[in-house]
Amino acid sequence: MNKVNHKNGVQTRRKVIQGAMFSLFRVSAAINGAALLVVVYFLVAKGWHAINWTFLSQPPIDSMTRGGILPCIVGTLCLCLGAILVALPIGVASAIYLNEYARPGRIVRLIRLGINNLAGVPSVVFGLFGLAFFVVYLEMGVSILAGSLTLGLLTLPVIIGSTEEALRAVPDTYREASLGLGATKWQTIYRVVLPGALPGILTGTILGISRAAGETAPIMFTAAVFYTPSLPTSIFDEIMALPYHIYVLATAGTDIEATRPLQYGTALVLIALVLGLNLIAIIYRSRLRKKR
Amino acid sequence: MKNSPKISAQDLDFYYGDSQALFGISLDFNENRVTALIGPSGCGKSTLLRCLNRMNDLIAYSRAEGKVLLDGNDVYDPSVDVVALRRHVGMVFQKPNPFPKTIYENVAYGLRVNGIKNRDFLADRVETSLKQAALWDEVKERLNDSALGLSGGQQQRLCIARALAVEPEVLLMDEPASALDPISTQKIEELIHALKKTYTIIIVTHNMQQAARVSDITAFFYLGKLIEADRTETLFTRPKLQQTSDYITGRFG
Repeated sequence: MNKVNHKNGVQTRRKVIQGAMFSLFRVSAAINGAALLVVVYFLVAKGWHAINWTFLSQPPIDSMTRGGILPCIVGTLCLCLGAILVALPIGVASAIYLNEYARPGRIVRLIRLGINNLAGVPSVVFGLFGLAFFVVYLEMGVSILAGSLTLGLLTLPVIIGSTEEALRAVPDTYREASLGLGATKWQTIYRVVLPGALPGILTGTILGISRAAGETAPIMFTAAVFYTPSLPTSIFDEIMALPYHIYVLATAGTDIEATRPLQYGTALVLIALVLGLNLIAIIYRSRLRKKR
Repeated sequence: MKNSPKISAQDLDFYYGDSQALFGISLDFNENRVTALIGPSGCGKSTLLRCLNRMNDLIAYSRAEGKVLLDGNDVYDPSVDVVALRRHVGMVFQKPNPFPKTIYENVAYGLRVNGIKNRDFLADRVETSLKQAALWDEVKERLNDSALGLSGGQQQRLCIARALAVEPEVLLMDEPASALDPISTQKIEELIHALKKTYTIIIVTHNMQQAARVSDITAFFYLGKLIEADRTETLFTRPKLQQTSDYITGRFG
């Protein structure tokens, strides 16, 4: 009888501990989800009434207290496009080299170390580097070009990482079959591996764009300005951008309280852009995974 | 009447890193004959097969010493273009691996990568190859469907058609039927029998009965060494070495 009772005691204790741990995990997951919901709700509540067609299609007037954020939207889109034009070719080419050509060894390890460290560089350091190198040394000035190059560097590890993952997901057996038929390595990559990796590369690109869209520090010194009277016409133009606009309105504008609604409105537009892109990428990726 | 060896290994050693996998293999593969390589797992038969078209080059830190002669020329000579070699020595793999493309594009792949663009020529060759692989009747109405929609046996025959499309002289088959059901296996074996009139075939199989059914010559390997090679009938009924006899009768394996 004693044995049975003792067993029951141990069983109960184990069950209680397990229940407690699961509750802890559930609470943690809930905090995660709740945090995002709280942020979104807050922004929507505060910024919703600032959103209208004027807001989205007109430039700011009256020292930014009225009007819209059209130049910011255009500027952010230009920078995203520019960043991807820089990061995508270099990133995909690097990933192909690392995954398909490079023989395992010291050089490859050094390159990977470099990429991982690049991913860890604080964004404000990217901004300073962009200022010193692109804006000043290469004399590009504060411009879309300088900003795109800086953001491109920031986005590069994202592209390389997701491209490598996509390449690795293509089964080796396809490569073997192709080479066995007398194709060169490049033909194999071009005709079989890349087409197979394309969906994964696309997902990485979308995530990269969304990252570039939200960064403030790298563009602060290299591309974005407080105010520019017209929309950009060349890559050497300065531009306004969504994240920088929020920063400027909230800290250095001439009438912070009056512009508060527009700050929230801008933040809402930005977060809608970023979350929207992320959501697209996540849904697309999960559809891909289901197919496999 | 002895046929001249189409392809042969001469004193071939092979290393994966520091570990030696093949020890001094010397073996002739005669033209328009089927040679089967048999032996227990890990005996080196697949390794030898992959040396013949230098697919082992893909493995880092591996090296071959000795010669593999195709029509008298050493394929391991530094001046040899490996890519061209693989057009002459084709391969079919254990697990069917059609590309995620249409049936037509799978068979045409080898031709396209070799620069052939002429539509009529491609269409003609695709049809011929699919007929040679005994698959034409089953797929002729749906050449533009995805190859992945075919059954396992059909996929493997597609892979054979794909290999045949570039008109190799030698066809290497690495356990081509081991992933397939008995009926598909039988179809593949009939195919091999028909193909040997045009091609030199070397097949690795862990299935001794298949070797006995399909091959003219059988070579028995053990732990990286060639133990015995002879005409199939002789090897299976009157093997010269005790070790061969033990393996064939199932004393070990």
